[in-house]
Amino acid sequence: MNRLPRAAELGLIRCHVCALVCRDNQVAGAACPRCGARLHRRKSASYSRTAALLIAAFLLYIPANLLPIMRTASIGEMDDNTIISGVVELWVKGAPDLAVIVFTASIMVPMLKFLVLGLLLVCGKCGSNWAQHQRARLYRLVEFVGYWSMLDVFVVALLTALVRFGVFSSVEPLPGVVFFGLTVVLTMLASMSFDPRLIWDCGCDDE
Amino acid sequence: MDTMSPAPLLICEHCDTVYRRIPLARGQVACCARCQFVLERHHRLGADGLLALTATAMVVFIQANIWPIVTLGLNGQQSSATLWGTIIAMWQQHAQVVSVLAAATLFFFPLMKMLLFGWVFWFARRGERGPGFRGVMIVLHYLRPWTMSEVFMLGVLVAIVKARAYFEVTADPGVFAYAALTVLITVFAGVDFRQLWDVTAERKP
Repeated sequence: MNRLPRAAELGLIRCHVCALVCRDNQVAGAACPRCGARLHRRKSASYSRTAALLIAAFLLYIPANLLPIMRTASIGEMDDNTIISGVVELWVKGAPDLAVIVFTASIMVPMLKFLVLGLLLVCGKCGSNWAQHQRARLYRLVEFVGYWSMLDVFVVALLTALVRFGVFSSVEPLPGVVFFGLTVVLTMLASMSFDPRLIWDCGCDDE
Repeated sequence: MDTMSPAPLLICEHCDTVYRRIPLARGQVACCARCQFVLERHHRLGADGLLALTATAMVVFIQANIWPIVTLGLNGQQSSATLWGTIIAMWQQHAQVVSVLAAATLFFFPLMKMLLFGWVFWFARRGERGPGFRGVMIVLHYLRPWTMSEVFMLGVLVAIVKARAYFEVTADPGVFAYAALTVLITVFAGVDFRQLWDVTAERKP
């Protein structure tokens, strides 16, 4: 395979908003001639921003799992559900397929994000060119599945609006769901502020 | 609708590799040889087709919002919910953060996206850029990851299954509108609207 040239070697920058190929004038704060966005070779402070957002997301993820996300009440009986107990309930009530989907969206996906982004940060900081193709693929996976974690938040919201039978039966949201919603938003912001080009900046193993 | 020849070079968004652009045939996708990220897709639909799809999505979106989604029954009592009913219920139950998140990702952002798409495609039919084109394209770029109607659709299914154990559940027209909307969103997901920068030019005064 021929050596593939990278933008920096040719003195080019790709505008992150409109994808125009621009000449790199080495001027700080240069703007894209087509859309006016500020040009930068890499996302600014990518490592520290991603790390900060990821840590914040992880801190909120703890109460999101420990605190109950909703309360179901029917004639004097109260039942608080956490994310995990909701999955177990689906499994036991005869919908194991949906239980797997909810488990994936609410538990696997956030965990995957913490692990993958953490790995990408550590590898990037060490300047390692280990498994670049796999890391690039993992990043794309995280970007793609990220927002599906909102699933449980929407389920709680919908049940709250639907189950309104006064004393007979009602559902109310509990603080866990707020923490969980914020976790999802923060992990999305974290994966957006990571710059996948950094994976290839420590020398490309296809050369 | 080509009024400008596209830029001769292309840079991979995910690894910064530079390529010479080649014209794609129907159904072809250009992938980065280094990181396999999609560089460019051939678009089967022109601005006319995309405008029509946007209009369809708009109609379906209105229906998904005004019609109730699901109805529950318990001892002869009925209770149904719409999207806005859901948003308001979360606000009243002291989960304002969730309420705002849902309103933004399920109503305001999708609505804005459709209106702005309609605006740029309308002018792109003649290869033109409408007033405010630059600003609209920047807003669309930042809105892209923040619409979640398809996640809500799955959420409705999960809620139906959960509620079925205790209540009589009837699916209302809203859920079908959401299903149609999910299909349209999937079609739109393959559209790289940034190509509009290449195929349109400023209007001549």
